[in-house]
Order: sequence, then C-alpha cells, then structure tokens
Amino acid sequence: GRVKEMNTYAWPTVFGGAGGESERTRADIISTVEFNYSGDLLATGDKGGRVVIFQREQENKSRPHSRGEYNVYSTFQSHEPEFDYLKSLEIEEKINKIRWLPQQNAAHFLLSTNDKTIKLWKISERDKRAEGYNLKDEDGRLRDPFRITALRVPILKPMDLMVEASPRRIFANAHTYHINSISVNSDHETYLSADDLRINLWHLEITDRSFNIVDIKPANMEELTEVITAAEFHPHQCNVFVYSSSKGTIRLCDMRSSALCDRHSKFFEEPEDPSSRSFFSEIISSISDVKFSHSGRYMMTRDYLSVKVWDLNMESRPVETHQVHEYLRSKLCSLYENDCIFDKFECCWNGSDSAIMTGSYNNFFRMFDRDTRRDVTLEASRESSKPRASLKPRKVCTGGKRKKDEISVDSLDFNKKILHTAWHPADNVIAVAATNNLYIFQDKIN
Amino acid sequence: MDAGRVFGKKVNGRGLAGGPGCDVCYGLVEDTQEKEGLLPERAEEAKLKAKYPSLGQKPGGSDFLMKRLQKGQKYFDSGDYNMAKAKMKNKQLPSAGPDKNLVTGDHIPTPQDLPQRKSSLVTSKLAGGQVE
Repeated sequence: GRVKEMNTYAWPTVFGGAGGESERTRADIISTVEFNYSGDLLATGDKGGRVVIFQREQENKSRPHSRGEYNVYSTFQSHEPEFDYLKSLEIEEKINKIRWLPQQNAAHFLLSTNDKTIKLWKISERDKRAEGYNLKDEDGRLRDPFRITALRVPILKPMDLMVEASPRRIFANAHTYHINSISVNSDHETYLSADDLRINLWHLEITDRSFNIVDIKPANMEELTEVITAAEFHPHQCNVFVYSSSKGTIRLCDMRSSALCDRHSKFFEEPEDPSSRSFFSEIISSISDVKFSHSGRYMMTRDYLSVKVWDLNMESRPVETHQVHEYLRSKLCSLYENDCIFDKFECCWNGSDSAIMTGSYNNFFRMFDRDTRRDVTLEASRESSKPRASLKPRKVCTGGKRKKDEISVDSLDFNKKILHTAWHPADNVIAVAATNNLYIFQDKIN
Repeated sequence: MDAGRVFGKKVNGRGLAGGPGCDVCYGLVEDTQEKEGLLPERAEEAKLKAKYPSLGQKPGGSDFLMKRLQKGQKYFDSGDYNMAKAKMKNKQLPSAGPDKNLVTGDHIPTPQDLPQRKSSLVTSKLAGGQVE
C-alpha cells in the first residue's frame, strides 16, 4: 500500500562539509540536483561552477543492507566566473540547471548551464589502457624513430576505472538575460533554454545557431510587467512546451503553429479575488518552477507558499493546491525585508506521479500524496538523520500553545532553505539539497 | 468569494475535501477562517508600509523585475575607461591603490581594480565521499 510510504524515509546518505557562512564555503552551496533517466546517476551543481555525479551501487546479495547506495562517480569544473567588459556584467559560475540526455551508448551526456552559457558534457569510463606503443616509451617519452628496429602491436590492458568528463559542445552568446531553465526535448535532438525574457531552441549538434521561439521583451522596457521564470518541454509531445511567469501564469505553446511562439496555445491562470490583493500578491504568486508529470497529462507549479497541480485540459484553475508553509503568510513583511520572499523553490514528481515534493525553510521539505491527500513535513539535518531510523515527521506550530516536538514559526531558520530536491524516476529514493549538504533518503520498505 | 480560495483548496468542489492529516482542516469554521486568512497578508502589508512609507504605489512588480534583469551589473564602464585612457595618453592613470579616500565618480576604475574572481580550484566537498 501507498499510505505508509511517505513516512518511512530513512537510510540517509549525506555528502558535504560541515558548512558555515564563510566566503570559502559559499562555492559549496548546491544549486541544482537531477537524477538521470534510469536513476542510476545523480548530478549536483554548485555555486562554484562544479558538477559532482553520484552513481548508485548495484544491489548486492552479499550485502543486503547496502540498498543501492550512491557513491561519488565523477566531479569536474563545468563553468568558470567571467566578466563581460562590453556590458559591465559579472557572470557567475553558479550552475543554474543540469539536465541529462537519455542514454544512447556507454557514455553519459548532460547539459549544464550558468547564467549565460550552456555546455554539453560527456562522461565516459575508461578501464583499459593501451600498452606497447612503438613511438613512445611506457612513461610517455618519445622514442627516436630511427632507433626502432621492430614493430609491435599495442595491447589493451585493464586499469583502474577512470571516469572522464569532457565538454563536447558549448552553446554561448545566445542570451542577453539570465538563463533560468534548460529542457531536453523528447525528440532527443533539440533542447530549449530560457532566460528572463526569451526562450531559444537549440539543436544538440549545432552551437553557432539557435532559434528564438519566445520573446516577451517589450519595445519600451519601462512597460515590462512580467518575466519568464521557468520553461519545460512536454515529456512526449515534442512540439509542446510551457513557460511560467513572475505573475503566476503559465503559457503552453505549440511549435507547429508558428515559428515564433509569442502567442500561446493555452493560458493557465487561477482567478484571483481582487479584494484579497495586497502588496505581496504578485510577488508570492511568481512561479519559481514548472514541471510536467511523467504522464504528460498534468503539470505542477511552485509559487512562494504553495504547489499547484494543473490538468493540461483545464486552463481556468488548478485541480489541486497544496499548501507548503501557509504559516508564512503572516510573516511576509519580514520575509520581504530579508529577501526570502524571492527565494525560488523547485518541486518534483515521483515516478508514478502519485506524490510530489518541495522544499521549505529550516531544512524542512514537504511531500504530498495525491491519492490519499496526506502530506508530511520532514527534515534534512545531521541531528535528525540516524542511519536506520525513519525520518520523523515535523510540525510547525502557529498558535500560542506549542506542543512538544513542534517548532514555532519564529524559531524557523530562514537561512536553511531547501530549494532543490529530486525524486528517483522509478524508486522511492529522494535527493535533498540542504545548502551545502546533499541528503539521499531511501524508502524503508521494499 | 470562493470559499476555498484563500487556502487554495476547494472543499465543495472536486472531491478534494480534506481528510485526517490534510493540510487544510478548516472545513467547519471555513467562513471565519477565510476572513482571518485575509488579515495576515494585509496586516503584513500595513507593517511594511509603516516602515517604508516611500514604497512605490505599484505593488511589488516592475522594480523587482528591473533589479532582477540587472543582476551582475558592475560599475566598470569600459567606455569611460577608454575615453579617460585616450585623454591621458601620456600620463599614468590614477589607480585606486592604497588611497581609499577617492570619491566614487572621480576615479575611473580599471579592470585591475575589480575584485578578482577566482575560479573554484578546490574540489567540491560533495566529492569527498559519504559522511558517516
């Protein structure tokens, strides 16, 4: 049964340093987390422009408790800091998004992007080495060709596994504004990249050209009222993609209808009651993430206080709304002052689309079971993660009387944000990024 | 107004009535709760306006967008820099150096003045392997 599933996450694997607020560890802040299509690989990107890839161990009968743990597989520097002198613009090396390509051969490919440049990386294994070259010694020194009297055929000998990452394509100079999303198309040939005002379509093989498919830049920048916050291709229909805005709307576009998709095919917006409008309304309605369900029938959006599930066939309102941390509504003033109100949380579906997950503050993250309507708050922290014990559900107390084990809203640590989470595409394995630590939890039940 | 709107869940709609453990269990006292739901946000707005009376008429929108679009903008102006360089062909450009009292605007920054962005040469701590 599914009912117990959410409350039995345990077996944390934790990666990362002890952390702190110092400059030197700022680079360690994880900025993106993504499983590949099989779930055997998990990639993280950080503020320092580095990518770390974890690989799941094969389940081993002799070690029944290993439960397919994740270990470090490869790490490389994806992006470097840059300065654009022409525009007086500092370009951060922070990895905004990583998206895997479906696997087609022994190597693995992923796209990683910072604010301006997308790179295609090839990660491949090398476990053999050729020995017995004619023109060079074993230590690499060139041999004098005139001294060679006999030829030999080099032979392949096994060596310790080496995982190499090499940049295969660099897609640069196509974005004036900051890239917030990349999404690989189901055709496995193209992908989109979106910045605040434009969305471009690329072919994975071609780096010197990209097609602009959405452009919402007004002729007069003073008329700017909304920006693009996220974009994603439909998982099955290669002509369909969606993009969300800072005003809480989602537009679905069909690339068959025109080359420039400024006119949407569908427009999703929840009607708002004008009498409830406040200074904060627009800010908290800004969508920070949009994700299609695996089925392609639904999509999910994350705004500051809630997660909404939309049926693609119904534009007028979401079919489900899940409150993430409604108690923050009475804290909006201070959240605006400390800028937390602009935090961009992501959200994700489980493999069967029966559950969704998103992060919150105080290293809490929330899971919602769509079938049973149950939800749970869990915490990713060293103190609360004992190896074999289940994660204990947490509760935030809003009223005066705080029960034992409850945490009061005023005690929440707003510096401990869980912005990035990922769910294994098939199994109940979740990855949660808590600032500079990565937690991987597995389901206790088989 | 739509009963479930403030809390985002329709209780009288598509069978999304809250059950035990549901994050919205206010079914019975809906109307009262609904009014209280409006108050926190408005109260917060009043608090903010009291602290910052000059906060724009337009609700949080365009100012944030412009700020967002300009993220990363530094004050090095290559135009000014090159003009200054051209005018002072034979003289040394004043460098910021130890003189921290230079008023902003009097001094044309040079690329050397910008804080150096070092790339992360250190391997990520995540790659250090599993903790505990």
